[in-house]
Amino acid sequence: MNNDKLIIAGHEFNSRFILGSGKFSLNLIEAAIKNAEVEMITLALRRANTNGNGNILDYIPKGITLLPNTSGARKAEEAVRIAHLARELGCGDFIKLEVINDSKYLMPDNYETIKATEILAKEGFIVMPYMYPDLTVARELENAGAASIMPLAAPIGSNKGLLTYEFINILVDEIKLPIIVDAGIGSPSQACQAMQMGVAAIMANTAIATSKDIGLMAKAFKLAIEAGRLAYHAGLGRVLDYKAEASSPLTDFLED
Amino acid sequence: MTTDYQKNMEVIDSDIMQKVLDLTNKYDYNCYKEKDVLNTLNKDNLNIDDFAVLLSPIASKFLNVIAHKAQYETRKHFGTSVSLFTPLYISNYCENHCTYCGFNCKNKINRAKLTLEEIENEFKYISNTGLKEILILTGESRAQSNVEYIADAIKLATKYFSTIGIEIYPLNTNEYQYLQKCGADFVSVYQETYNTEKYKDLHISGPKSIFPYRFYAQERAIKAGMRGVSFGVLLGLDDFRKDTFASGIHAYLTQQKYPHIEINFSTPRLRPYINENKANPNDVHETQLLQAMLAYRLFMPFAGLTISTRERMGFRDNVIGLCVTKISAGVKTSVGGHNEKEKGDAQFEIADPRSVSEIVKSIEDKGLQPVYTDYIRT
Repeated sequence: MNNDKLIIAGHEFNSRFILGSGKFSLNLIEAAIKNAEVEMITLALRRANTNGNGNILDYIPKGITLLPNTSGARKAEEAVRIAHLARELGCGDFIKLEVINDSKYLMPDNYETIKATEILAKEGFIVMPYMYPDLTVARELENAGAASIMPLAAPIGSNKGLLTYEFINILVDEIKLPIIVDAGIGSPSQACQAMQMGVAAIMANTAIATSKDIGLMAKAFKLAIEAGRLAYHAGLGRVLDYKAEASSPLTDFLED
Repeated sequence: MTTDYQKNMEVIDSDIMQKVLDLTNKYDYNCYKEKDVLNTLNKDNLNIDDFAVLLSPIASKFLNVIAHKAQYETRKHFGTSVSLFTPLYISNYCENHCTYCGFNCKNKINRAKLTLEEIENEFKYISNTGLKEILILTGESRAQSNVEYIADAIKLATKYFSTIGIEIYPLNTNEYQYLQKCGADFVSVYQETYNTEKYKDLHISGPKSIFPYRFYAQERAIKAGMRGVSFGVLLGLDDFRKDTFASGIHAYLTQQKYPHIEINFSTPRLRPYINENKANPNDVHETQLLQAMLAYRLFMPFAGLTISTRERMGFRDNVIGLCVTKISAGVKTSVGGHNEKEKGDAQFEIADPRSVSEIVKSIEDKGLQPVYTDYIRT
């Protein structure tokens, strides 16, 4: 337990909390990072106003790993071009792959995501694809060279919690890569529940950015994620499906 | 309604216009009761009927509750972000005779068009204010500001801006395609009113008098590969409830047909102009304007909503974060006028002349985040 690190493509992290940044006021990002003790933060390239005003890069403390995302990409090729731009800007090799072809619910396009993963993995990117939790797709992403799988818990920004619980559970069971729950987590208790299930990490943004006290909520998420991880390792206690264990024997006919 | 397309106007195969007009004709906003409003406010996903309810007179009694829900949705979808842009009028020549518009071809105003050198000077000046998004506007004259001229302006804009929108006369698909390749990705076309009889009365001559060609501009732009399209009416020309309803449905059906497209709404109100006494202002007060804006927000919570400088500072400062996601700053509505001397008269008077830095400060003072760039041309 003392050496329980999150490992993504050989990179080790003590924190299992990845902070999204898209919905924050920039001057609050530092407080959120500090309180949540996160080591990785997403960065929407489309918002990076390099050499301009309000550039998010100016607000992220040194030592935090940047996870640039490809938000705005509708097709695999667009995501690839945005990833190249991230590299040119010196954001490193991590890329959170988002390919979304639906402006209403912002649902990921799993098919285009697989295509982009294959291209970017070959180019040496550490690809962390956002996806709808589908086992077949997760296997294809793994084969395509993804470094983790990031299934959604609920529609992005909805704060509705683990609506896809059973399907993420299947991914945890079947996929060797770290499973990082990406969108829809609305409260620390939901983050804890996901961690208890055995996912490797949680990414959250809206739940913290829309709370009344951002610093406090960031800390609440950190503690919930840690608690969930401990519970996962401890093994959850037995929960009985019936009112009580039946005492009348059903197997007393056996002769051996 | 004039349905006869003029020569060279492209006709596309679409049934959206008929659906919008049918639904709008049937829309009776007086039939709703308080319980309908409460039902709508209790729902997560709103449908066309809910939008109709939100625009009804009875819903105005619940404006504060609606505003709270709108603020929640805005925060959920956009966080604290408020995008910044400014318009640049590069020409005010116009071939249309529209009774309500300062640019109309019968009005004796100072007409002008910027040279490419002047356009670049304006771009440089605007860019130095920190803005990364520009909206290029012209009057509606193919003769004076042809597609090639607009294309040249767009190519220059790519040197200075990450996001380029156009608000020009409606084009055919191949022309939109050309401008998209030059660097423009967002198209604004406003139908002004969806009352076809009123439209005919107001648009006496010129290409704009062809209602369906204007109606399908967004769809042609999408087919051409544009990234986003903007919808709206000129509030005050006709019944604002019906017009807002129609424009919302227009956007809704367009997004259903093209789910990838980014939708934006704008809510300009009629402002004073030359020959005002000849018009028939159907006044829309701030309460009604806000009701229309909130209805758009709740009906399509993921859509952008722009606030114009036609509105006063106090109104603009209070609607950002509440429902508005995009605000213009450092605005001039004359031809040129940013750095270059004003060459031509303005289309309308502005009520909020604040500079970019002043607008940025007021956004920050509200705990919101000014966003300069939110798009990558790929």
